[in-house]
Amino acid sequence: MAGLATTLGSGAMTNAIGELLGAEVILIFGSNPTEAHPVIGAQIRQARKRGAKLIVVDPRVIDLAHEAEIHLKVKPGTNVALLNALMNVIITEDLLDKEYVENRTEGFDELWSVVKGYTPEKVGPICNLDPEDIKAVARLYASGDPASIVYCLGVTEHSTGTTGVMSIANLALLCGNVGKVSGGVNPLRGQNNVQGACDMGAMPTDFSGYQKVANPEVIAKFEKAWGVELSNKPGLTSPQVFDAIAEGDIRFLYIMGENPMVTDPNLHFVEEMLKKVEFLVVQDIFLNETTELADVVLPATCFAEKEGTFTNTERRVQRIRKAVSAPGESRHDWEIVSQVMERLGLKNNFTSAKEVMDEVASLTPSYGGYSYERLDREQPQWPCPDKDHPGTPTLHVGKFARGERAIFKPSEYKPSAELPTEDFPLILSTGRMLYHYHSTTMTGRTEGIMNIAGEAYVEISPEDAIKAGIADGDRVKVSSPRGEIEATARVTEKLSKGVIYMPMHWPDGAVNWLTSSHVDPITHTPEYKVCAAKVAKA
Amino acid sequence: MHNVIIDGQSIEVEKGTTILKACEQLGIEIPTLCHLEHLAPEGSCRMCVVEVEGVQNLQISCATPCWDGMVVTTMNDRIRTFRSMIVELLLAHHDVDCFNCSAVGDCKLYQYAMEYGVEESRFDHIKKVPVKDESSDFFNYDPSKCILCRRCVRTCNELQSNGTLSLKKRGGDTFVSLPFDKLFKDSNCVSCGNCVSVCPTGALTTKASKTYRSWEVTRTRTTCSYCGVGCQMDLLVKNDKVVGVEPADGAPNKNLLCVKGKFAYNFINSPDRLTTPLIRKDGVLTPASWDEALDFVADNIKKVKDESGPDALAGFASGRVSNEDNYVFMKMMRSIGTNNVDHCARV
Repeated sequence: MAGLATTLGSGAMTNAIGELLGAEVILIFGSNPTEAHPVIGAQIRQARKRGAKLIVVDPRVIDLAHEAEIHLKVKPGTNVALLNALMNVIITEDLLDKEYVENRTEGFDELWSVVKGYTPEKVGPICNLDPEDIKAVARLYASGDPASIVYCLGVTEHSTGTTGVMSIANLALLCGNVGKVSGGVNPLRGQNNVQGACDMGAMPTDFSGYQKVANPEVIAKFEKAWGVELSNKPGLTSPQVFDAIAEGDIRFLYIMGENPMVTDPNLHFVEEMLKKVEFLVVQDIFLNETTELADVVLPATCFAEKEGTFTNTERRVQRIRKAVSAPGESRHDWEIVSQVMERLGLKNNFTSAKEVMDEVASLTPSYGGYSYERLDREQPQWPCPDKDHPGTPTLHVGKFARGERAIFKPSEYKPSAELPTEDFPLILSTGRMLYHYHSTTMTGRTEGIMNIAGEAYVEISPEDAIKAGIADGDRVKVSSPRGEIEATARVTEKLSKGVIYMPMHWPDGAVNWLTSSHVDPITHTPEYKVCAAKVAKA
Repeated sequence: MHNVIIDGQSIEVEKGTTILKACEQLGIEIPTLCHLEHLAPEGSCRMCVVEVEGVQNLQISCATPCWDGMVVTTMNDRIRTFRSMIVELLLAHHDVDCFNCSAVGDCKLYQYAMEYGVEESRFDHIKKVPVKDESSDFFNYDPSKCILCRRCVRTCNELQSNGTLSLKKRGGDTFVSLPFDKLFKDSNCVSCGNCVSVCPTGALTTKASKTYRSWEVTRTRTTCSYCGVGCQMDLLVKNDKVVGVEPADGAPNKNLLCVKGKFAYNFINSPDRLTTPLIRKDGVLTPASWDEALDFVADNIKKVKDESGPDALAGFASGRVSNEDNYVFMKMMRSIGTNNVDHCARV
């Protein structure tokens, strides 16, 4: 998010999902939509049937790779080098949108000063790719008018994630694809309301609508509205919170609706910290691996039991509605939190979710036009500043969110923080699969799902499997410098030699016992996509 | 724009509008079996025929665009007889074992047979169809109930774009099949269930649909709680339990869902759901009252804040809960005096 916020001024999908159908070229970079965002995957396939040309950049032969004009089976952790090489070709071969670069961007000379060193011939060996394929992708992407880039965690979950995102934005700007219908830079958000959680200010630096904690006017506005004194000191990100627990600086942690004991990297450290923190509150709908360490567990309602809104990956605010009664004494999350506030002498007087949205609208410019009455009729995309505003399907049309011009922010390629060693010769990359959601607390309760996808598995190339004496279906031990887990081997040509892949879902065989604590220095996103590992027969 | 007169009512429609769409705009209901929004017009079932002045044959309204000055009649004896014959021909190849069919109450063929007064078919039932395929974990396929409207085939190929379903054989022997006559569980099917959602009869039914009749359920429009696409869908509820999910025509999903949205709803009514606050006592999470639990939380917040300042507290909100939940949570943390609030966007 920080990468796009810096270059364009807004860290969200620039275009609507439906606009994919109008793209001439779709570059799918580090995203596996037919599994992780299946209904977007289906629409990308529809676009292909209508003539769009697909390019896939992924270390695995994902399903869409079979339908792509070109698939670059890139080595994990080398995205920035590849993106620089693509731009190198586009500039060298004069395929850029000069008028757009001239009129709507700044920093082109700096961009060229960096990417000129990244010739396809030099980058090919870094990324484990044929330089001719890199050139072909650059030409195909540059030929698309419009061309859309769809990317996901394969770009962000690296210690160089932010530079990867900025490099993607550079590429799109270079070809004039930002601020154009059916073009754009489109990060697919993983969770149902991760966009909304960001929008609502569940971030250490921002109030709702990305109003900065560091801005005194913002502080003054919220102090007046809430009648309390607020801190202007930016808070800690979640990985920093764990570090602060280690230092003894954080003594109390309140977790609402997350299961870090499966989903966070390096679970050994997470477990130690959740045990160390003096007081842990967990608010959830099920007992899970994290509640096992909690001092208090508060029962919450799920989406089918409450009124509210989710904001999807394309910035569209949509309603959820109560369909069934809440089980037992469970209460809505906002209600529980309000009741804690009341006990702290912090009254907020909310009696319904609708009233919460009214306050959000009154204090959040990009959400100013929303109310439940309106959302029952239509679901506009933000920015939607007032009740008559139609919403904004395409961002940055005519003018960027950051101002008149977008800025090129070039980056040098830096290898991943943890590279294979003699003891751990493989790169372990993690991800998602179609049938499960995160830590399986929800999907794991449907029998049919578990019949199809009931246990942890590791994908390994035939070359590496032969070397380790592993056959398809064998139980294997997968280990990293942090630990060891067991899983079933799937020997597959989806992967290149030297790379193994594990979905992150199952608590039994949770791959996050192996992943490292390395994070991107700006966003603190963990490097889930690269750590050193080895596989042996169990 | 074209001016059209339908059943004596005048309407102005945009160029390219089909007669069916124009009828919809006027609130005139036309029976359809193969027609489906978001699919290319098929025009194979012929149920939607109407009479157009100056044209000899009845016209299929789903695939015929309006022209300026068109005069349309949507019901008369000729049309009624034609549609009755369609229903009768379909019934000839349909296993009318309705007592054993979970589509009962939801079946378009049943509905039109009633509407057009077709009690039985005069034609011989000669069609041979393959045996049922109940191999999927989520749905059943009964070819004897199929009317070959091809909604499922087109949805699988044009919209889901998975290429699992196709037609096999010719003429009266035609049936919907999978490549190499595989079972669903052995095919490339991804269990999205979109074919099931569009089936107008009982040929494709969810396994769960045996447990409810369509008139027993209430439908609540909501947003899927899995990934970030934000698919719109209806929760089907019977006796305060979610018994099924149907896709809705929302902007992000246009009537499609995936296996998680369509079938992975059992967690909602799971007996494992938390129903009471729990406080750890002697190392064990023990049921407690809300007052007890909330006091315990608030007292500890106060204690830590008093002893170590507000920045000794931190909270994680969530990309799983609603905007309203996240907003109130961040309001609480900041009102306590700290900006240590984050969520799982990073992880």
